[in-house]
Amino acid sequence: MNTDQPLHWLLGRLDISALPILPAIRNPTPSEFVAAGAALAVIVGAFAALAFLTWFRLWTPLWRDWLTSTDHKRIGIMYVVLAIVMMARGVIEAGVMRTQQAFGLGGGFLTPEHFSELFTTHGTIMIFFVAMPLIAGIVNYIMPLQIGARDMSFPVMNQISLGLTATGAALVMISLVLAQFSNGTWAAYPPYTGLDFNPGTGPDYWIWTIVFSGIGSTLSGINFAVTIYKERAPGMTLFRMPVFCWTVLCTAIIMIFALPPLTVAALMLGADRYLDFHFFTNDLGGNMMNFVNLFWLFGHPEVYLLVIPAYGVLSETVATFSGKRIYGYTSMVYATMAIAVLSFCVWLHHFFTMGQSANVNIVFGVASMMIAVPTGVKVYNWMATMFRGRIRMTVPMIYAIGFFYLFVIGGLTGVILANPTITYQVHNTLFLVAHFHNVIIPGVVFGLLSGYHYWFPKAFGFRLHEGWGRLIALCWIFGFSLAFLPLYALGFMGMPRRTANFTDPAYLPLLYVALFGAAILLVAVVSILIQLWVSVRRREELAVPLGDPWNGRTLEWATPSPPPPYNFAILPQVRCIDDFADAKATGRAYAEPGADAYEDIEMPDNTPIGVFLCIGTTVLGLALVFYIWWLAIASFVAMTLVFIVRSFRVSSSHVIPAAEIAAAHRHWLDQVRAAAPVTRLEETHSANRGLAVLERPEMTGAAQ
Amino acid sequence: MKNRQGPGRFLFGLAATLFIALAGCSDNRSSFLDPAGPIAAAQKAHLLEVIGWTMIAIVPVFVLVPLMLWRYRYRNAKARYAPDWAFSGLLDTVMWGVPFLIVAVLATLLWYSTHALDPYKPIASDEPPLEVRVVGLDWKWLFIYPDLGIATVNELAIPENTSVALDLTSDTVMQSFLIPALAGQIYTMPGMRTRLHLLADEPGRFEGMNAQFTGTGFTKQKFATLAMSRGDFDAWVARVRAEGTPLDAATYARLAAASTGAEAKAALKAGAGPQDVIYFSSVTPDLFAEIMHRYMQGTPVPPKLQPGAVGYESDAEETR
Ligand code: HEM
Ligand SMILES: [Cu+2]
Repeated sequence: MNTDQPLHWLLGRLDISALPILPAIRNPTPSEFVAAGAALAVIVGAFAALAFLTWFRLWTPLWRDWLTSTDHKRIGIMYVVLAIVMMARGVIEAGVMRTQQAFGLGGGFLTPEHFSELFTTHGTIMIFFVAMPLIAGIVNYIMPLQIGARDMSFPVMNQISLGLTATGAALVMISLVLAQFSNGTWAAYPPYTGLDFNPGTGPDYWIWTIVFSGIGSTLSGINFAVTIYKERAPGMTLFRMPVFCWTVLCTAIIMIFALPPLTVAALMLGADRYLDFHFFTNDLGGNMMNFVNLFWLFGHPEVYLLVIPAYGVLSETVATFSGKRIYGYTSMVYATMAIAVLSFCVWLHHFFTMGQSANVNIVFGVASMMIAVPTGVKVYNWMATMFRGRIRMTVPMIYAIGFFYLFVIGGLTGVILANPTITYQVHNTLFLVAHFHNVIIPGVVFGLLSGYHYWFPKAFGFRLHEGWGRLIALCWIFGFSLAFLPLYALGFMGMPRRTANFTDPAYLPLLYVALFGAAILLVAVVSILIQLWVSVRRREELAVPLGDPWNGRTLEWATPSPPPPYNFAILPQVRCIDDFADAKATGRAYAEPGADAYEDIEMPDNTPIGVFLCIGTTVLGLALVFYIWWLAIASFVAMTLVFIVRSFRVSSSHVIPAAEIAAAHRHWLDQVRAAAPVTRLEETHSANRGLAVLERPEMTGAAQ
Repeated sequence: MKNRQGPGRFLFGLAATLFIALAGCSDNRSSFLDPAGPIAAAQKAHLLEVIGWTMIAIVPVFVLVPLMLWRYRYRNAKARYAPDWAFSGLLDTVMWGVPFLIVAVLATLLWYSTHALDPYKPIASDEPPLEVRVVGLDWKWLFIYPDLGIATVNELAIPENTSVALDLTSDTVMQSFLIPALAGQIYTMPGMRTRLHLLADEPGRFEGMNAQFTGTGFTKQKFATLAMSRGDFDAWVARVRAEGTPLDAATYARLAAASTGAEAKAALKAGAGPQDVIYFSSVTPDLFAEIMHRYMQGTPVPPKLQPGAVGYESDAEETR
């Protein structure tokens, strides 16, 4: 920071004191060791990854098949990998915080400063780099398959979105090694995050993390919406789309309209910090309330952005594993749209306590409660879907049961919080922390994990190990209950959130329970990796190459697993909702097409532009955080040049000849004909190769 | 609190009792489930009412999900299987209608309670109201009693059964003022004034706090609210006058620097009162207004003049 340092023009305010190892040597306390250990873990992890890639000579395939790919399926998988890596960090941080609070009576082992960095990075990572990429990944993979499309509308932009999300994640990871991330909470309220109160690198890291990944998400939203509007297969009218696609459309619309306020708020905070503006400062007419409004104008729709696709996943899994059509399709669609629209009308419930008049609070309180109506309708719809079905208790169904019980509790506390008078009491306490984890974990995380389990065989051609899957689901359900339900009581007891230490011993018993719950959650996350390992090892016996392991109802199951790059050899002709279920029942499925049915397919070329932008924006972000102005300019110019050079490319696609497609398709059809279909009793056995016995009431002999 | 009629009242009364038992119902009460004034009591009652009504929508889920799973399990060949049944007008009406009616009831309750418990609304009481000005500092609270000409740090004494009108501001970042046993939160913001009314209907010691994270000393920003009889209160005022020191501009500038109550007490070498409490026998008139208006004069307030800012210098004002 001192401008008279000799290398200032070169390194800005980056100097040796930015390395977290030094404080640990100078001041060897547990708190500093945790920080240094985290930095070390990042460095070791990065080197291990590099060594792994080099040792197994994976650089070329990584570059050719993945990093430069424009295939929505590969981009989807990369999103999910990013989310799982970041989840490891987020959950470990959560475990450290839980441990600190359990020992926090009168102190604990972490400094308050360090604790505040932990909850800030945990919140930022979990929202922006776990939940969002998980959603973007699953949507990317599944949505085009479900609507019978060959790719996204804008495959290159899709890659750029991923690149920008990765930039944000990279900045958060680098902040462990170079200087510090923000300690100003995930919501980063000024003036606390303003230059006067927080001159360090932290808020700047937060700003550029949010700006880059926010732009990436906005672009994703545009891509998802346009794809749904423009790329549907013949006959796939909007009202024949699977419910999951409807939820994706709602989420895409929210992404387009909700992320810009956040990006703008972060940039305005940046203007305050870099350019001496006074949007949110204490003096010269700055007003922090504007930031609070902008942040939650994003923040509330954001939580619906997260949970709506999870509703979509549940709508698919509950219907499939009940062997039934979804109950009340139209009502489901309207309910989802209603939630998406209402989600923009309630942001003020995050600051009922800011001093506005009772009437304003009433309007927003009632609007918030209204959301409970369509949400309730959805839960009842899923229950009606199970009614007169034939329910199989597979892993996604276990998550669904966990969802029914726990999410409903989160909904109850949401209705409680919609009341300004009660929020006056429980705002900013652990009650609130319990509430939002209660909707995010049983809602978003359970939904997405069940989607992961459900669609994994589609993406990789083999199922995930069922036994481990059950264990993981149960760990999440019980771990969550123990880790978070006690926090409701602690909130009622008046324990504020973000509390590093406290003096009231009455908090202790419940904090111990919460710590135990967090340990179970850690087991769940580790088990996800073990399950993956076990499943890869046993992929032969878990293989379902024919593509339909769960007796699916929608188009993604009508193609081999994993699907070819062009998804469908022949674009499906859609006749009704749940077209694939209907096709199987009426014998249309797996029909041999005529010789002239195959056509050449044009597919987008690979391009490295997403990778270039990811590197460019990461460098730009670091240059801005450390005030290295020449590097900021250089990286910006470099990225502009990349764009200009790319715009000179004339052809950006290649053609897959019809003969090649026909051969692959016929080969698959031959395999289907040769295979033995399985009943649902053998669904989770090795006999399941991905071809289902038709199960209708008259065939199973069930009473009519 | 009046006897309430509402579904689920018993169950949640029970749960509430459990929480209070956990909280220990100690000498430093810190939960609105153990209220000591009409506002907190009404907030608690409203909570139970909301929970009760919402149960109508929730209990069916809890009961029906396991029944459904058992009845329609895959191996139960006796259960009816209707794979194409996907709509019933009657069922849909119930699904939308019942939650809608519940929300209508809850919205009405919300309307009344939000007006009734509006923090800006004065509370009717027999005694004339006591006015207190509150300044949120890093990481302590300054209470100014304008009519009595005294001030304290981290100790808010109030007479019981007397309406208390608080005017609040902050001389650092945004904070959130909360005394759970008496009334809910309100933010304090620099250059702005917010208001809160409360009343204690029994004597006691109630924990107060800042609930909005404000940095390293945040968890130490607690204060005691002491509700006492009129006589005791007068004695307390006399004691503050007798044992306290004057709060002038220079003292305020040092008090306002980022420090916990105990640290500030040591820095000011203040003797009287508990370890993180400071008594001031007199206070410059209009201190509260000065603090608030300092940010609104259209001239820059550099960090060295902003308490809580990193470059703050408590003697900057004098040397300017
Ligand atoms: C896996 C289990 C998890 C555990 C044990 C956990 C634990 C915690 C803890 C201890 C805190 C700090 C609470 C406090 O303020 O006192 C916290 C805050 C937070 N968590 Fe989690 N969490 C988990 C998962 C998640 C997930 C999945 C998300 C979102 C997708 C999330 C989002 C947040 C956010 C936004 C905050 C607030 C940060 C802030 O105060 O600025 N957490 N969590
Ligand atoms: Cu909200």
